[in-house]
Amino acid sequence: MGAVGGSLLAGLVILGLITYHRKWPYLWREWITTCDHKRIGMMYIILALVMLVRGLSDAIMMRLQQALATGGSMGYLTPDHFNQIFSAHGSIMIIFMAMPFLVGLMNIVVPPQIGSRDVAFPFMNAVSFWLTAAGTMLVMASLGIGEFSKAGWSGYTSLTEKQFSPDTGVDYWIWAFQIAGVGSTLSSVNFLATIFKMRAPGMTFMRMPMFTWTSLFTSVLMLFAFPVLTAALLLLTLDRYLGMHFFSNDLGGNMMMYVNLFWTWGHPEVYIVVLPAFGVFSEVTSTFSGKRLFGYRSMVYATAAITVVSFAVWLHHFFTMGASPPVNIFFGIATMLISIPTGVKIYNWLFTMYRGRIRFTTPMYWTVGFLMTFSIGGMSGVLLASPPANYVVHNSLFVIAHFHNVLIAGTLFGFLAGYSYWFPKAIGFKLDEKWGKLAFWCWLTGFYMAFMPLYVLGFMGMPRRMHHFTNAVWHPWLILAAIGTAVIVAGVFCLGIQLVVSIRNRKINKDITGDPWDGRTLEWSVSSPPPEYNFAHIPVVNDLDAFTDMKERGTAYVRHERYFDILLPANSASGPLIGLLAFMLGFGMTWYIWWLAIAGVMGIIIVMIMRMSDDNTERVVTADEIGTIERKRHEMIASARNNEQPLRILP
Amino acid sequence: MRKRTRFALILLLHVSVLIFLSGCGQVIVLDPRGPVGDANRSVIMVAIALMLIVVIPVFILGFWFSFKYRAGGRALYRPNWSYSAKIDLVIWLVPIAIVTALGTLTWIETYRLDPYKPIRSTLQPVRIQAVSLDWKWLFIYPDHNVASINHCVFPAGTPLSFSLTSETVMTSFFIPQLGTQMYAMTGMETHLNLLASETGVYLGQNMQFSGRWFSNMNFRATAASPKDFEDWVKNVRRSDNMLDMKRYEQLAEPRASHPVLYFSPVEPGLFHAIIRRFAPAATHHGRASLSHAENN
Repeated sequence: MGAVGGSLLAGLVILGLITYHRKWPYLWREWITTCDHKRIGMMYIILALVMLVRGLSDAIMMRLQQALATGGSMGYLTPDHFNQIFSAHGSIMIIFMAMPFLVGLMNIVVPPQIGSRDVAFPFMNAVSFWLTAAGTMLVMASLGIGEFSKAGWSGYTSLTEKQFSPDTGVDYWIWAFQIAGVGSTLSSVNFLATIFKMRAPGMTFMRMPMFTWTSLFTSVLMLFAFPVLTAALLLLTLDRYLGMHFFSNDLGGNMMMYVNLFWTWGHPEVYIVVLPAFGVFSEVTSTFSGKRLFGYRSMVYATAAITVVSFAVWLHHFFTMGASPPVNIFFGIATMLISIPTGVKIYNWLFTMYRGRIRFTTPMYWTVGFLMTFSIGGMSGVLLASPPANYVVHNSLFVIAHFHNVLIAGTLFGFLAGYSYWFPKAIGFKLDEKWGKLAFWCWLTGFYMAFMPLYVLGFMGMPRRMHHFTNAVWHPWLILAAIGTAVIVAGVFCLGIQLVVSIRNRKINKDITGDPWDGRTLEWSVSSPPPEYNFAHIPVVNDLDAFTDMKERGTAYVRHERYFDILLPANSASGPLIGLLAFMLGFGMTWYIWWLAIAGVMGIIIVMIMRMSDDNTERVVTADEIGTIERKRHEMIASARNNEQPLRILP
Repeated sequence: MRKRTRFALILLLHVSVLIFLSGCGQVIVLDPRGPVGDANRSVIMVAIALMLIVVIPVFILGFWFSFKYRAGGRALYRPNWSYSAKIDLVIWLVPIAIVTALGTLTWIETYRLDPYKPIRSTLQPVRIQAVSLDWKWLFIYPDHNVASINHCVFPAGTPLSFSLTSETVMTSFFIPQLGTQMYAMTGMETHLNLLASETGVYLGQNMQFSGRWFSNMNFRATAASPKDFEDWVKNVRRSDNMLDMKRYEQLAEPRASHPVLYFSPVEPGLFHAIIRRFAPAATHHGRASLSHAENN
C-alpha cells in the first residue's frame, strides 16, 4: 500500500506542478505529440530511470526479506507478496528499464551518428514509445488495482496456467509484455531501415561507428526474437482465456514447449540489451583514450558472430530437463563459442587504451569497472554453459549472481556510461563529474558486496526465489548482500544528486561547441542540443572517425553560404492516443472488461486509418529559420574561441 | 593517487572474500559425498582454472594500461595506431584454444555424467520413484513396497536409480551433496542416477520455483548403512499404513508444509498410474521412459 501511495503521490505532485506552471501546452506541443527522435529518446530514458527506481525498490524489499526470514521468522512479507515482488523486479528491469534505456540511447545517438535528420519512420517511433509507456502503466497499475504475477518474470507454465494462477496477476504480466513487445518489434524495423537507408554519403558499412553497428545487430536480434515471445504469450493467452491446452499439465499440453519458446526469445534478449552497451564502451574508450578503436573489423565480426550464435544457445537455461547428452553438448558448446568473440571485444577495448592518452571522466570509470567485473561474469557464464557444472548450480543463487554480474556490470554500467557521455549532447550541458564518480564507486562496491555472496550461496545450494529458509549458514551471506544493496541505493541517490547539481550548475557546464569530449563521430559535429533538423547540410564522410577526420582537415566548423528548406515530421497526437488505447486494451483484457478491450482495438484501427489518410504529416523548416539558427551557433563558437576555450584537445 | 589506493583496497577486499569462501566448510556443492558430485565439482574447478587464463590478464592489463596511459603520463601516445595482426591473432586464438579445451572436457564429461546412465557397480541399484506435490515430496520404493513423504532413505555405497514425475507444476529434484539435479514434470518421467559414497544426513530440495510455499519444499536425505536401510524398510513395513490412489489423492491436496510420513504397503504401479492421470496414452515423453515403462 505504501508503494501505491508513494507512486500516486509522486505522480500527483508532478501533475500539480505542471498545471501550476501552466506547462501543459508546452508539454503537449514539445513532448507528448512529438515525432522528433531526440525528444522520443529522452522520454524513453526518463521512463527507464523511473522504472530503474521502481525495480530497485523491489530489489531492496527482496534482499531485506531474505536477510530477515530465517529460523522462526517469516520476514515481513507474505509469500504471495514476495513472489509478486521478484516477478515484478525481473519483468521491470528487463522490459521496462533495460529496453527503454537502450532504445532511448539508440534514438538519441544513431541518427546524428550516421548523419541523418531523423529515423526512417518518425511516427512509428512515437508509436513504439507510447506502446512501451502503455505496458509500463499496466505494470504500475497492478500495484494498486489487483495484483501482479506471482509466477516469476519468465512465467513458466504450467504455473502461469489458470489452474495454478487463477487471479489477474499473470494477465497483467502477459499484456504488459505483449504491448511493450510490439513496441520493441516496431523499433527494430525502424532502426534497421534507418541504418540501412539513411547513412550520410561516404559512410560505407565499414565506416559505421561501433555504436551504430551494435544498434544494427540489436535491431536484427529484436526483429527475429520478439515475435517468438509474442507467439508464446499468445498461446498462453489462448490457454488462459479460451481453455486451450498448449502448455497445460493434461490433455496433451507440454510445459517444456513454452519454456523452449520463451528462451528462444529470452536468450537473444540478453544480447539485445548488452550489445548496445558494448557499443557505448567502444565509443567511450576510443574517445577518452584519444585514439582510434583497436581492431575495428574484429569488433564488427565479433558482434556479428554473437548475433548469429545467440539464437542457438537457448537450451542452456534447462539442461536439467533430461535431454540426451548430444543435445546438451550442442547447446553447451554453442554457448561457450559466444565467449570467444566476447573475449576478443574485451581485449580490443584494452588495446584501445594501450598507447592512448586516457582521460578518466565518469564514462571512462564505468568502462574500466565494466571490463574487469564483466570478465568475472563471463567466467561464471561459461561455467554455467558446461552441462556437468550446470547440473549443480542451476536454479540456485549462483545463476542470479551470474546474470546480475553481466547485466549490471555489462548492460547497466554501459547505459550509465552512455548516459553521462551523451547527456551534454542531448541536453546541452555536462553532468557533474564528482557526483558521477561517487555514483560509480557506490555501484561498483555495492555490486560486489551484493552479488559475490550470491555466488557463494549458490555453491551452498541455496535455490533462487526463496521466501524464507531454515539453513542458518546462509544467513550471514544474505545480510552481506542486503548491505551491498544499500550501497547500490546510495549509488542511485548519487545519480539523483548529480542530476540536481548539474542542473543548478548548467551555465558553468554549458556545452557551447557541441563537442565537449573531443569526440570522434558525427553526433559531436552538431550543436548541443542539436537543432531539430540535426544537420543543416548532410555531411560527407571520409573516415571511420568522421568528425576527427574533419577536425584534422579543418572542415569541421565550416560556415555555409546557403541554406535550404528542410522537411520534418509534424507533431501527431495519434502516437499517444494509440498508447492510451493499447493501455485500455491491456487493462480490459486483464480484468475481462470486454467492451473496454474491444473499444481499445477498434480505437487503434480507427486512429491508424485516420493517420494513414492524413496528408499533412510533414512540416517545413524554412531556409531563413535554419540560417538564423546556424549563424547563432557559429557566433557562439567564435566567441568561445575568443575566450580561449580550446575547441580541441589534440596533441 | 588516492583513487588508485581506493581501487586497490576494494580489490583486496574481494580477494579476501574469495579466500574466506574457499576455507569454508559449508559450501556443500563443492563438498560432495558421491561420485556424481565429485565429477560435477572437478568440471567446475577445471573450467575456472582454464578461464582464469583469460580473466587474470584482463585485470592486469586493465590496471596497468589505466595507469600507464593516463592523461598527463609520459607514455608513448599513438592516436592512429589501431591494428596489430599479431595482437589480433593472439586475442582470437587464445580464447579459441581455451574453448576447444573446455568444449572437449564438456563433451566427454556430459556423456560420462549423463543423469540417465546407470552407475557402474556390482550391487543392484535401489529404485526410488519421486513425485513432487504441493509442497512436498513423495518417495516410492517399488522393490521394497514402502513409501515416504519428505524423507528419502537409501543405503550408502549402492547405486540409486531415481524416476521422477510431478503432480503439480514443474519442480527440480536436488540433493546438492550427491550432485546433479533433474526436473520433475507432470505427465512425464525423467531419470536420475546417484550414489552416496558415505553415510550421513543430507539436505534435499526442490530448486525450481513452484508457487506459494515453494520454500518449504525441502526434505531430509539419509544415506544409511545397508543394514540400517534394511532395518528402516522392515520398520516401515510393520506400520501397515497403506498408500493407494485414494490415499494419494488426499496427499496431493496443496498443503504449506507436511510432516514426515511412512507408508506400506504401496499399491503396485502407483507411480505410472500418477503419470497416466495427466497423459493417459503416454510414455512417449522423455527419452528413457519407453524402456523403463515396460519394467514396471
